[in-house]
Amino acid sequence: MRSSAALFNPSPPLLLLLPLLLFSHLLNRAIAADLRSGDGYTIAGRVKLGATAKESGLPAKLTNIKVILNGGQSISFAKADGYFSFHNVPAGTHLIEVAALGYFFSPVRVDISARNPGKIQAALTENKRVLYELILEPLREEQYYEKREPFSIMSLMKSPMGLMMGFMLLVMFVMPKLMENIDPEEMRRAQEEMRTQGVPSLSSLLPRSN
Amino acid sequence: MAIRACLGLMILLFSSTISTALFEDQVGLADWHQKYIGKVKHAIFHTQKTGRKRVVVSTEENVVASLDLRTGNIFWRHVLGKIDCIDQVDIALGKSPSKSLLHAPANMNVGKDNLILVFGGSLIHALSSTDGQIVWRKELSTNSLEIQQVFQPRDSDIFYALGFIDSSEFVAYYVNYKNGEVLQQSKASFKSGFCGEASLASNDVVVALDASRTYLVSISFRNGVITFQQTYIPDLIPEFSGKATLLPSKYNGILAVDIASSIVLLRVKGVNELEIIEKINYPSAISDVLPLSKEQQALAILQHDESRIHIKVKFDTDLTNEVLKETIQLDGQRGNVEKVFINNYIRTDRTHGFRVLVVMEDHSLLLVQQGEIVWTREDGLASIVDSTTSELPVEKEGVSVAEVEHSLFEWLKGHFLKLKGTLMLASPDEVAAIQAIRLKSFEKNKMTRDHNGFRKLIIVLTRAGKILALHTGDGRVVWSVLLPVLRESETCGNPFVLNVYQWQVPHHRAMHENPSVLVIGRCGHNFDAPGIFSIVDAYTGKVHNSLVLEHSVRHVMPLPLTDSTEQHLHIVIDDNLHAHLYPKTSDAVKIFLDEMPNVYWYSVEVGKNIIKGYSLEIKGELDMAENVFQPKELWSIVFPSESETIALTATRKMNEIVHTQAKIVADQDVMYKYISKNILFVATVAPKASGEIGSATPEEAWLYAYLIDTVSGRILHRVSHQGAQGPIHAVVSENWVVYHYFNLRAHRHEMSVIEIYDQSREDNKDVWKLVLGKHNLTAPISSYSKPDVTVKSQSYFFTHSVKSMAVTATAKGITSKQLLIGTIGDQVLALDKRFLDPRRSANPTQSEKEEGIIPLTDSLPIVPQSYVTHALQVEGLRGIVTTPVKLESTTLVFSYGVDLFFTRIAPSRTYDSLTEDFSYALLLLTIVALVAALLVTWALSERKELGEKWRYKVQLSVLDE
Repeated sequence: MRSSAALFNPSPPLLLLLPLLLFSHLLNRAIAADLRSGDGYTIAGRVKLGATAKESGLPAKLTNIKVILNGGQSISFAKADGYFSFHNVPAGTHLIEVAALGYFFSPVRVDISARNPGKIQAALTENKRVLYELILEPLREEQYYEKREPFSIMSLMKSPMGLMMGFMLLVMFVMPKLMENIDPEEMRRAQEEMRTQGVPSLSSLLPRSN
Repeated sequence: MAIRACLGLMILLFSSTISTALFEDQVGLADWHQKYIGKVKHAIFHTQKTGRKRVVVSTEENVVASLDLRTGNIFWRHVLGKIDCIDQVDIALGKSPSKSLLHAPANMNVGKDNLILVFGGSLIHALSSTDGQIVWRKELSTNSLEIQQVFQPRDSDIFYALGFIDSSEFVAYYVNYKNGEVLQQSKASFKSGFCGEASLASNDVVVALDASRTYLVSISFRNGVITFQQTYIPDLIPEFSGKATLLPSKYNGILAVDIASSIVLLRVKGVNELEIIEKINYPSAISDVLPLSKEQQALAILQHDESRIHIKVKFDTDLTNEVLKETIQLDGQRGNVEKVFINNYIRTDRTHGFRVLVVMEDHSLLLVQQGEIVWTREDGLASIVDSTTSELPVEKEGVSVAEVEHSLFEWLKGHFLKLKGTLMLASPDEVAAIQAIRLKSFEKNKMTRDHNGFRKLIIVLTRAGKILALHTGDGRVVWSVLLPVLRESETCGNPFVLNVYQWQVPHHRAMHENPSVLVIGRCGHNFDAPGIFSIVDAYTGKVHNSLVLEHSVRHVMPLPLTDSTEQHLHIVIDDNLHAHLYPKTSDAVKIFLDEMPNVYWYSVEVGKNIIKGYSLEIKGELDMAENVFQPKELWSIVFPSESETIALTATRKMNEIVHTQAKIVADQDVMYKYISKNILFVATVAPKASGEIGSATPEEAWLYAYLIDTVSGRILHRVSHQGAQGPIHAVVSENWVVYHYFNLRAHRHEMSVIEIYDQSREDNKDVWKLVLGKHNLTAPISSYSKPDVTVKSQSYFFTHSVKSMAVTATAKGITSKQLLIGTIGDQVLALDKRFLDPRRSANPTQSEKEEGIIPLTDSLPIVPQSYVTHALQVEGLRGIVTTPVKLESTTLVFSYGVDLFFTRIAPSRTYDSLTEDFSYALLLLTIVALVAALLVTWALSERKELGEKWRYKVQLSVLDE
């Protein structure tokens, strides 16, 4: 498994070599080092926010990012460079979540193999993507506020007042047109009827079958 | 068909406006957010040299924070995990004195960096102070060694580790600092044993207490020779009785002993001589020492004198005289001083000035300097246990509101500014002015009831036993009271708060009587400890009635009954399952006796895996004064303990209102909701999978969800989820339950919904039956009738872990519901219930679409704009409370944890009132324009008519001629 090789470094004497290793991998690599200490393993990785700085909204500080193991069993804070680690984690399948305001992170499924000590596999649970290195990147940025639309005629038209005005205009300009189309004969007859009957009766309103 | 199309369009319009998101400039309009840190355990001041006026504190809520010394504001803050308790904090300045858990000697050079010694039990770790690497690790003994002290004499390569083995043997190890090698060890046993506390008095003398806590034992370990010297405390302090405690101290040659009535300072002179320096009468507190120079150290002593506190600062070289003596006046609601931290500053005349940071009994934090309280922080609010709401007083006539309201001109100006804002024509200055006007709105902070019911008091109960009333407008504390009965006393050793309920809500005499709340507590953590019962006025915080009950409190049931004075009836079930009725009046008993056959209750015994249902009965003669009722067991459900353990139970909110039982589904069909107040949701998990995620495999995990009728004990529904485990969170409302759990197979969180429908009313759909009155709609619903229910359920994936879950509640229950989900990131997400509809299908039919059914997706959407906490976090989120208001569309949401957050939300938008940003000015403008147009056209028509008349007249006159 080449993929898992990047994820773990299983030998205990690595303890003191870790800074060296870190240094050698500094340029492009996050390390999920796995060291046996006591009865658990160590999960280590890195949180990486997008390369492009956020244009608007919240200033994202890496130090305010919490990395949460198994729904609150253990909480780790990402260091200024994004690195985090959990110590003494037993073998099994675990869940890592990242809580960072302004970003949406997928939870990560982390498998620590009991038979093959130190073998760690990781995958995003949202889209089943397998991670070869434990570098957690946000799936998307989150905007908590609705954007104010700049002033436009359309928005004014859509407002209740706009609709009112529109209806008024409709009545003012279209209704006379409709009246014009009515046959003058019929108009006169209707007017006459109105005059003779005074109040329009129900029968007169009903359509005549002629 | 046209109607259908119209309807479809309407629905489309409505569903498009489903998110009730906030604009950025609306923040703070209806919501407020308060940040707290909790009860301070340790405090470390930044030194003068760093030039920063800050103090770093660690608290009982596992918070590390830096506070500004001038204002008390939080500069930065980190909330650690539940299990990451902070034992000590210190700033590594390279010159820190030795302390109990961390030891950072600075005068040593191992390579280039210093070592930090960390110890616990019999293990010592040495960490490099530059990068935290473990340099060496040493287990000193395989016996049950408890290391008490680690200290290093000046300029030497060895350090001492002192401890007790089996509480009866004293051991001193001499350890090489560089590599942890034990150079020498000496042991001596002490026959009467140690109680496990030790205080270092000088370089070669430790003082400990014996097992009975009545003897002080000074232990000398000079050159590997251990000698004991006992001092009987009453010989030293004649008035001593009971047990003594050593106060952890860092004093040089001085020992602080806490005996029940006072704190005694002792000077250790040589090995076998102890001398009393001062006795400080209780209640008092004493600070650690503050090194000023090489020889001089200062310490602060705080002493109570009723509501005043005397602060004395002394130098350890001359303890009889005070350097500083100040007195401060406190309001009576803060209790005693619990902790004090001292800090110094250099005055302009180069003498030392002192300031003290004081932690009070109610967990509040004060900074005192020059005899004045510079700032206070109400940090008890970080540990809210329970909350309720209370209406504000009715506005009394005679108090004119108009006086304080803006004049009409101001009002108009404000609205024109707003209009400019909405039309995006405002300059930045004007935008700021608009924001200021909105936030300062006097209206929302008034101390009277408003028409919409937005203004209320949130009454919260904190772990310290303090009750505070917060105004919903801006979150300010209206009143606070530290309940005397909830303070530690002789009658009540270890008080512990439980709940707060509404006790009296006057309607008829609302103008003259104040509402009150009931606070229930317990003297100790066991179920059999006597209960505490206290009634507090909701407007003023005045304690009406307060007593320690003769019986214990297991649970409290508020009944939907009130007596003639509008006090709510409450049943308190004690540990023997006897029911006690409150208020204890014959009037209440009379009202209750009528309703008693309808009172059922249940108890969940989590450890035994049993749920039992009871009713109440009277055995023998009822003593009207006693009002105690006996339980009568009706049913019990025993879960097989080898395969299931009860993980969670949930019920509907008592005061929830359901608008209609019928649910119109597609094609004008009707379904009847099974609405019962007696539904209990129970979730059980496999015993192996009852731990955290990661502790069980999918094969050994399962979850069962039950719906149980609590009157008959009938299981209405049972569903199993294989490969699922907790933690489980559930919400029950109307005829549905939504629960959140972890699916181990998919390794994702899931949310399931169960909806129950009543089949027995199905045949009411026949119109003719309705017309002829042959329906059974008016038949009473009884738990005893055979339920004929159908159940629909569905599961969806949900991304986040959940800390708390709630559902919106409105006055009439007409408004659609939203789930409020407190996520692991301490945000509160509002999720429309429609997403959790079990009738969602992959391809909804046209009629289903019209009904508003969303096409099926496997996971629930997380729309960032629907976070009610928007860009804020409620750190350490523990609870979400929803309260209906008079305005049907709106719900108040109060969420608490270490922080507090309050807002109001409208799950289906504010359809019954104009929104905040409704432009009155635009309306006014339209009206003015219309009137102007009217006038102009009128004038024009007049002129035209006049012209016509003239023309006619001219024509006539021409004709005449």
